[in-house]
Amino acid sequence: MQLEGKTALVTGASAGLGAALARELGRRGVRLVLVARAAAPLEEVAREIRASGGEAHVVPADVGEKESVHAIAGAAAALVGPIDIVIHNASTLGPLPMPLLLDTECEDLARVLEVNLVGPFRLTKAIAGAMVLRGAGTVVHISSDASVEAYARWGAYGVSKAALDHLARIWAAELEGTGVRFISIDPGEMNTRMHADAMPEADPATLAHPAEVAARIVWALAHADTLPNGTRVAASKLGSEAPA
Amino acid sequence: MSPAAWPRNDKSDERLLLIDPRARRFGDARIRDLPGQVRAGDLLVLNDAATLPASLAATSPRGRAVEVRLIATREDGAWSVAMLGEGDWRTPTEHRPPPDPLAPGDVVSFAEGLRATVERVSSISTRLLDVRFDRTGAALWRALYRQGRPIQYAYLRGPLDLWHVQTAYASRPWAAEMPSAGRPLSWSVLLEVIRRRARIATVTHAAGLSSTGDAALDAALPLTERFEIPEAPARAVERTRAQRGRVIAVGTSVVRALEGCAALHGRVVAGTGETDLLLSEGFRRRVVDGLLTGLHEPTASHWSLLAAFAPRSLLEAAYAHAESEGYLAHEFGDSSLILAA
Repeated sequence: MQLEGKTALVTGASAGLGAALARELGRRGVRLVLVARAAAPLEEVAREIRASGGEAHVVPADVGEKESVHAIAGAAAALVGPIDIVIHNASTLGPLPMPLLLDTECEDLARVLEVNLVGPFRLTKAIAGAMVLRGAGTVVHISSDASVEAYARWGAYGVSKAALDHLARIWAAELEGTGVRFISIDPGEMNTRMHADAMPEADPATLAHPAEVAARIVWALAHADTLPNGTRVAASKLGSEAPA
Repeated sequence: MSPAAWPRNDKSDERLLLIDPRARRFGDARIRDLPGQVRAGDLLVLNDAATLPASLAATSPRGRAVEVRLIATREDGAWSVAMLGEGDWRTPTEHRPPPDPLAPGDVVSFAEGLRATVERVSSISTRLLDVRFDRTGAALWRALYRQGRPIQYAYLRGPLDLWHVQTAYASRPWAAEMPSAGRPLSWSVLLEVIRRRARIATVTHAAGLSSTGDAALDAALPLTERFEIPEAPARAVERTRAQRGRVIAVGTSVVRALEGCAALHGRVVAGTGETDLLLSEGFRRRVVDGLLTGLHEPTASHWSLLAAFAPRSLLEAAYAHAESEGYLAHEFGDSSLILAA
């Protein structure tokens, strides 16, 4: 897929991987709508992209709130036109330090599910119908290896990401053949525990810079039609066309 | 016919009045039966405009409460709006007090410091204005979505949220009021239509207001509305006609877009345009064969549009039947499909 000129909505774009994804997509000529709760850092990311010649608009909103969904989807389509790409990157770990399940408040689990699972569901529901009618669209779920491995104290987050992976599979099954594709991508570097387990001697900062992971995810977007619909992939297994 | 006072839970169970203008017959069905009415090679055309949060509470320059109803945004960034006097949707529009008359240069104030300056007063009505907001782009859209609510009327039971007034395929927010003919269409129904090898295409049409309570303005409705027909749908319409499939418009806004475009160009071509087309009995349709539409009070303009699709006597008999069978009217009500088998 040619990315230049496409439109994309990126949630959680004010920092970390989301901001890196926004910069990489902006560099590739994608017209962006950026969402995050914190307006000031979000505007800063957008300003940086615009300064480099890209197009970026900001819609500060909490993806975990039902009232935000049509404001995000509507403002986004008003600003850049029908949305081609949605990246559900925003997520919350819940209360810190992360508690054991027996110590997790039910309300905290519910809030983590609202932000990490129900929010992406609502936003896709508000956008994917129009994608189906246009016969094209890509929805990316940012996953975590905590969705596959059962790590102690990662209960609420891990459950939400496991459900998010499965949500992508079921979306893909239901919309197979429509041209709308779903991918879950485990960015890898977001889970320092996994990284430490795999390469205890390595310095995580040198191996897993968000910009490098973002380049791989953007590569996956450009090659989404070569990946099985609904699949879950690790960013480390993806190619990258990022310049050195 | 009683209005539906609130959205119902199971859209596919809503009623569908089938009207066959050629056989001069009508019958009862449900929305879930719609795919069975569509044949391979037919084309269903939807309006994918999302519904704006078009009702905004504001204050006139003289400090009086007013309601601003967004109608459409213009190329140059100005907004066409209708002004209503004090009160909200709970009062029927015709009983609302008139708003203070405004003149170019007057400033209307909203919450959170949002302001709009009047640029032009329409010759149709002093309540129909062009205004310019004090901000543009994302800042304006954020403010509109924070403050605006869906336009609604007094027959509804409670205040609507934006999710009540979006179709299952809404895209850009161009519609002042919900393009309601498509509201009952669930994806279960739409995917079944596709499975039966009928096609679905979309246009975007800036559906406007249905009523303002101002006699002069209401008499001029619908106003000129803009539409956009992308390449793929334009080709789909041409192919369907060439292959003798039926083009079925979902909603009168789609009829206006397709027939308005065909009236300008002789056929449906891709692009953007504006239309002030009014359909009436005897209108020679160039493009649209059938119409899925909501049931509405048989007002002059709605009937004259329907009369472009079916004989008036048949429509009247079908409506009398629907009323006696308890069909519900208006944007959350039941539907009819006017289509020759």
